[in-house]
Amino acid sequence: MPICFADPSWRTRLEALLAAGTGAGADLVEVFLESGDRLSLLAEQERVTSVSPSFGSGAGIRVFRGSGSATRDGFVSTNNLSDAGLRQALDQALGMVGLDLSGSGGRPGFEGLPPLRDLGAGRGDGLARCPGVAEAAERLLDGTAQLQRHGRHVQARRGSYSRDWQEVLVAASDGTFHRDLRLHQTLGLSLLAADGDHRSSVARRFGSSDDPDDLRRWDAEATAQDLAASSASMLYAEVVEAGTYPVVLANRFGGVIFHEACGHLLETTQIERGTTPFADRLGQPIAHEALTAIDEGLSPGAFGSLAMDDEGLAPQRTVLIENGVLRAFLSDRAGELRTGHRRTGSGRRQSHAFPAASRMRNTFIAAGPHSPDDLIASIDRGLYCKVMGGGSVGPTGQFNFSVEEGYLIENGTLGKPVKGATLIGDAQTVMPRISMCANDLDLAAGFCGSVSGSIYVTVGQPHIKVDAITVGGR
Amino acid sequence: MTVAEAGLDAAALQESLTDLARREGVGQWDLGAACSTDLSVQVDRGEPRQLKGAQRSAVTVRAWDAEGRVGITSCTDLSPEGLALALRGAREASAFGDREDPPQLSCRATEPLEPLDRPLCELSPISRLLDTLLEAERQLLDRHKAITTVPYNGLAERRSMRVYVNSAGACRQQSASSASLYLYARAEQAGRRPRSAGAVRLAHGAADLDVQGCLDESAALTISHLDYAPITSGTYPCVFSPEAFLDLIGAFSNLFNARSVLDGVSLSTRESLGQSLAVPFLTVSDDPRHPLHLAAAAFDGEGTPTGRLPLIEAGVLRHFLHSEATARQFGVMPTGHGGLGAKASVSPDWFVVEAAAGGGAGDTSLNRDTASGVVWIDSLSALHAGVKASQGLFSLPFDGWLLQNGERRSIEAATVAGDIRTVLQSILALEGEPVLTPSGLAPHVWVEGLSITGEA
Repeated sequence: MPICFADPSWRTRLEALLAAGTGAGADLVEVFLESGDRLSLLAEQERVTSVSPSFGSGAGIRVFRGSGSATRDGFVSTNNLSDAGLRQALDQALGMVGLDLSGSGGRPGFEGLPPLRDLGAGRGDGLARCPGVAEAAERLLDGTAQLQRHGRHVQARRGSYSRDWQEVLVAASDGTFHRDLRLHQTLGLSLLAADGDHRSSVARRFGSSDDPDDLRRWDAEATAQDLAASSASMLYAEVVEAGTYPVVLANRFGGVIFHEACGHLLETTQIERGTTPFADRLGQPIAHEALTAIDEGLSPGAFGSLAMDDEGLAPQRTVLIENGVLRAFLSDRAGELRTGHRRTGSGRRQSHAFPAASRMRNTFIAAGPHSPDDLIASIDRGLYCKVMGGGSVGPTGQFNFSVEEGYLIENGTLGKPVKGATLIGDAQTVMPRISMCANDLDLAAGFCGSVSGSIYVTVGQPHIKVDAITVGGR
Repeated sequence: MTVAEAGLDAAALQESLTDLARREGVGQWDLGAACSTDLSVQVDRGEPRQLKGAQRSAVTVRAWDAEGRVGITSCTDLSPEGLALALRGAREASAFGDREDPPQLSCRATEPLEPLDRPLCELSPISRLLDTLLEAERQLLDRHKAITTVPYNGLAERRSMRVYVNSAGACRQQSASSASLYLYARAEQAGRRPRSAGAVRLAHGAADLDVQGCLDESAALTISHLDYAPITSGTYPCVFSPEAFLDLIGAFSNLFNARSVLDGVSLSTRESLGQSLAVPFLTVSDDPRHPLHLAAAAFDGEGTPTGRLPLIEAGVLRHFLHSEATARQFGVMPTGHGGLGAKASVSPDWFVVEAAAGGGAGDTSLNRDTASGVVWIDSLSALHAGVKASQGLFSLPFDGWLLQNGERRSIEAATVAGDIRTVLQSILALEGEPVLTPSGLAPHVWVEGLSITGEA
């Protein structure tokens, strides 16, 4: 469905819409247009069992009224991009803040949009350069074949691929008028092994942005070998003994601990809700001095990178914590209006159906001076979390995440594999306990679900040591 | 009629697709479409926080080629142009369809539908939703000085319509309305950790919501967690609230899922049917048309009528949930649990957990009012992360209380861990009458020794 928001007719239509909104009395009107072309494939064993293309378009219209902490906003989304559909959505959004299109006495200040800032220019061929269905299927089947070749006691093998091509345009009555083209690809491989009552289930996921050749460069055999090794370790693993231990979390997806334990609490959305303990701690120590943490949207090809955020602002490199001291929050437009924290290019949303909110992008703990072995050697009895699963954080700041592949640490060396571990705690307790960071920073792609839907993010860290954390198990 | 519903007419869609398919040379096809109009509000300490509206539409078309392979395409455009593109996309995708096990049209998609007698409510003005929620928040904040915010709250209403049509003459249409209210309060006391709890209510329309019950429950739960203490790690008898037990059953629904069985990722196998899965006094069914199930669907994604399906009867695994494709593999009829896909998914709808007919309810002496040394698990968290469905394992954070002489004391951060197969075989009792929850109906469920990890 080739909608092109660079078409000049959109300027005229959007200017009319924005003028109508501000004319009705809105302090700010923002229109987010989206058109998507998506493809997903699933391969199981030696067959491609699902090919699912989809396309769609829609708009999200947000109206702000008032200022400061008293700012009110209304948001309406629609799949109807006709003039009538957009105008109806605007009218409904205005109604939410006590205005309507028939009203008068609005702001006369909106004089039209500036020239379009087209961040997608020159990247229009990105979709055509991506693997087609046949090529993607071939790559996935190579992956599942490699799992059969390298795995033991294989019961089920799966490979999945999805490609998300998105054209977005943000127009707002403050003069924002930006267009972008976005490409995200993600690839997953999973292996279920069974031997009698023993079972293991392991998976790896990769993701990239703006890189049409990503799938072509994927080393299926290396991934399969990695999975096979994990599967073999975990197949006969015993359930971890519950308790409080020092733990070492591996790099890459180990970064989910910072994402869940602290990252969410540094979003202005949490300040607005009153659910972060760090709201008044700017400039104060909130973590161990060994810890520096960064969120940015700039790393080329990273899953959470973007040319502009979903409110049209350029992404930044935001140092959240520097040597343990809180330096900044992640802020979006509403966050800036309501909390005073400057926008950081972090306004993100899953689609036009969500208003943007302050969200993480590529979030990681900076590398430290130690080797990974130093960290393990410093522990007499503890847990090494080699591969992490998902996690979450609750309204009281309590976080949790699961350990997919773990090993006991005994007398400074790795011991037997263990499964079934869940790490729980709260940021204020755990952040000061991250006492050692290694020198092997690496990133991993993931998905983050929160108030503005599921978005592409990167988590990352070097190997880190947490002096003590509660480990749920048996 | 809402704007979204005005664009959806099953007979007209069938006529359009029939015409388009003829022109595209597609002999077999089906289509699922849905549209909805939503309104929702959130508030924050006496002020509107976010007001949202949405008009959504979506259509999915499947087309079979001459070799029986199926292709699928989804889009948001219900116009004739959108339908034509979707059909063409599906036809082109069929070239990559699975040859070995392609889905077919459900043989039950043209069966007569038993009517679902559900009220259809008009959407409220958003100002009324806002006033209702502001008042609920105000009352909740007034309940206890420690309750300082209600950070997660929302009142939403929806009108929706869904359609299924196919080339064999199936023509199904269902309209529905729903409303939901959730209030999650946060309490803070000096020198103590913040505590949070909440409640949810559903109804066919906002005017029918039990607002008072929701805020009463939210306040009572939040206040009950103020006086908390760490628990010593160990093995405890546990009693699951209806909602917590239903969450656990739902997280391990691959036990009943024929798709998972065929894919080798279920704990069950074909041979599991007829075998003991749970204690003999437990019966579990999926009942999409239960009178108390507010979001009841009359038909599944493949047009198959929904209906009650016994899963565990008196402890014995009796049936699997099926789509068209899995039912064909098993030589049974589709059960109304299929999605519309190139590989149709299978999913449960609404569980009912109850005592087996004539089988008692286990140890009737067990009672929360007199229990000691028992952990009462009120709600489970992070099921997406802490459940290993293909292995049967779970390790989950929970909110709950330690019972001593019937008195309950909130437990500070803790997890519960176990194996679902062991849990089902270690149920001690079903206490009380089944309680209505958003995800089904269940009593309180007592389970022998589960591993609890705390911070004491």
